[in-house]
Amino acid sequence: MAAREYDIVIGLEVHVQLATRTKAFCACPTDFGAGENSQVCPVCMGMPGMLPVLNRRVVEMAVLLGLATGCAINRESVFARKNYFYPDLPKGYQISQYDKPLCEHGKLPVLIDGAWREFGITRIHIEEDAGKSMHGGGGSLIDFNRTGVPLLEVVSEPDFRSADEATAYLKTMRRLVRSLGISDGNMEEGSLRCDANVSVRPTPDDPFGTRTELKNINSFRFIARALDYEAARQWDMLQHHEVVVQETRLYDAEKGRTYSMRGKEEAHDYRYFPDPDLLPLIVENDLVEQARGALPELPWQRTRRYMDDLGLSAYDAEVLTADEELSDYFERVVDEDVPAKTAANWVSSELLGALKQRELEMASNPIEPERLRSLIKLVAGERSRAKSPRTYSPRCSRRRTIRRRSWRRWAFSRSRTKGRSPPSWTRSSRKARRKSSNTRAEKRRFSVISSAR
Amino acid sequence: MNVDEKTIRHVAALARIDLEGVDVDRLTRQMSDILAYVEQLGEPDVEGIPATAHARPQPLPLREDTPQPGLTPDEALRDAPKRQGDFVLVPRTVEGGGAT
Repeated sequence: MAAREYDIVIGLEVHVQLATRTKAFCACPTDFGAGENSQVCPVCMGMPGMLPVLNRRVVEMAVLLGLATGCAINRESVFARKNYFYPDLPKGYQISQYDKPLCEHGKLPVLIDGAWREFGITRIHIEEDAGKSMHGGGGSLIDFNRTGVPLLEVVSEPDFRSADEATAYLKTMRRLVRSLGISDGNMEEGSLRCDANVSVRPTPDDPFGTRTELKNINSFRFIARALDYEAARQWDMLQHHEVVVQETRLYDAEKGRTYSMRGKEEAHDYRYFPDPDLLPLIVENDLVEQARGALPELPWQRTRRYMDDLGLSAYDAEVLTADEELSDYFERVVDEDVPAKTAANWVSSELLGALKQRELEMASNPIEPERLRSLIKLVAGERSRAKSPRTYSPRCSRRRTIRRRSWRRWAFSRSRTKGRSPPSWTRSSRKARRKSSNTRAEKRRFSVISSAR
Repeated sequence: MNVDEKTIRHVAALARIDLEGVDVDRLTRQMSDILAYVEQLGEPDVEGIPATAHARPQPLPLREDTPQPGLTPDEALRDAPKRQGDFVLVPRTVEGGGAT
C-alpha cells in the first residue's frame, strides 16, 4: 500500500441478522423471499395495545457471540425505545438497547498479513430490524416482513487505521457468525450490514478529527473503496481549510463516491428511554454456561491450530479456514497417509481452482473428500514408484496444464457418473501421451500434479 | 421549563405535523403548562434511590422460537391509506433510511 500523508481512524458498527425462525418480539416467521407483507402480525405492525415478548433464541445467540468475542455478559440489560419517524418503522420507534447493553468490552482476533491483531469491541446489543422500502417514481413501497427481525449490533472501538484492517475485521466477523450458526452472514442479502465511522488526522499523535458515518456498505468489494474515498475527501477538505461536518453519508458504488444523507441528522435526537413494555432482561448463569458449552472451535482458533499443529503457512491456514465447509472438507481429506500440507495443496489449489473454473460453490462440490483422498494416495504412490523429478522445463509446463485438466475431468466425471472407469482422459491428453513413451508420460503426470500449487 | 415557538415548530416538523392554520401561541402555552405539571416529578428527594423503569422487580419473560400464523397481507393492509399490490404505498422517501 502506498504511504499516505494522513492517518485514518475507522470504527465499525456491524449489524448481524440472526438466523432465528421467528422475529425478535413476536412469533412471525422470518423466511427469506416470502410474499410482501405476508409475515406480519399486530405486534410487528405496531398496532396499539400490542405487547412484545422476547424470543429466547435471540438471547442465546447474543450471549454466544458475546462469549466468542470475550465480552463481559451483563446479567441485567435494558431495552430502550429509539424514536424516529420513517415509513418502514410502523411503531415510530425501534426497540434497541442503549445505556445497558447485553455484552461489553470484547475483542476480535484478526490475521492480517500473517500477523495476529486484536480489535476492540465496545458493545454488542440486541435490536429489531426495520421494514424494507423500495423507491419509485410514484412513491415508496413498504414491505413489513423484515420489521422486527432480530439483529445484533456489534460496535467496535475506533481501532482501525486502514480500510484493509476494517475489511479483514469484517471478514473475520462474518466467519465467526457463520461458524457460531447464528447468521448466514450474507452481505448481499443484508444479513450482515456495516456502517463505518471515519475520520482523518495529520499524524497518529493528533486528537481524533471530526467523523462522518458511512451507512450500509453492503458488499466486501466496496468497503475499502468507500472508506478510502471518504478519508481522502475529508483530507482534501482539511487541506483547503474547509470544515468536515459530522453527518451521515451514503456510498454510491456506481459513482465510487459518498454523498450526504441530509434530512436525517435533524432527527438525531432519538429520545431514548427504557421501553415500558419490556422488563429488564436478566440473563441467568445457566443460559451463559449452556452457551459456553455450545461454543464451537472459533475461526481464529482453527486458523491457529492449522498453523501451529498442522504446520501450514498463515496463507494456507487462512484460505482453508475462510469457509467453514471448505475447512471441514479439508479435515476429512487429511488422514495418516495424507499429510496436512499435501491435502492443503490439493484442496486450496486443485479443488478450489476446479470449482472456480466450473463456477461451483463449495456447497455444490461434487467430489467426496474420500475420493479426493484416494486420488492423492494414488498419485503419491505412483510418484514414489516413478521417482520423478520435481523440476520441469518450460515445455513441460504446457503438458502440466493438460495433466491438471485431465485429473479434474476424471474426478468430476467420476463423481457425476458412478463407477465409470477407466479415467476419461481427454483427446488432448491422449495426444500428449502418444508424443512420449508411457513411462515418461506417467512420470511427468504424477510429479507435475503432486507439485502443483 | 418554557417551550418557545421555535421548539414547537421543530417538534412538529420531526413529527410530520402540519401547523398550517394552528394557533401556535396557544399550543406553545399549553405545552409549557404540560411540562410544568410534569416537572413536579423533580421535587421529591430521590437521592440514593436507584432509577427504576418498572414497578415490579421481575425478570423479562421469554418465549420459544416457534412460528405462529399472523395476518394475511389483506388484513395487514386493510387500514393502509394506499397500496400497490401487497405493498403499502407511501409518498416517496428520498433518503436511504431504515433503522439501525
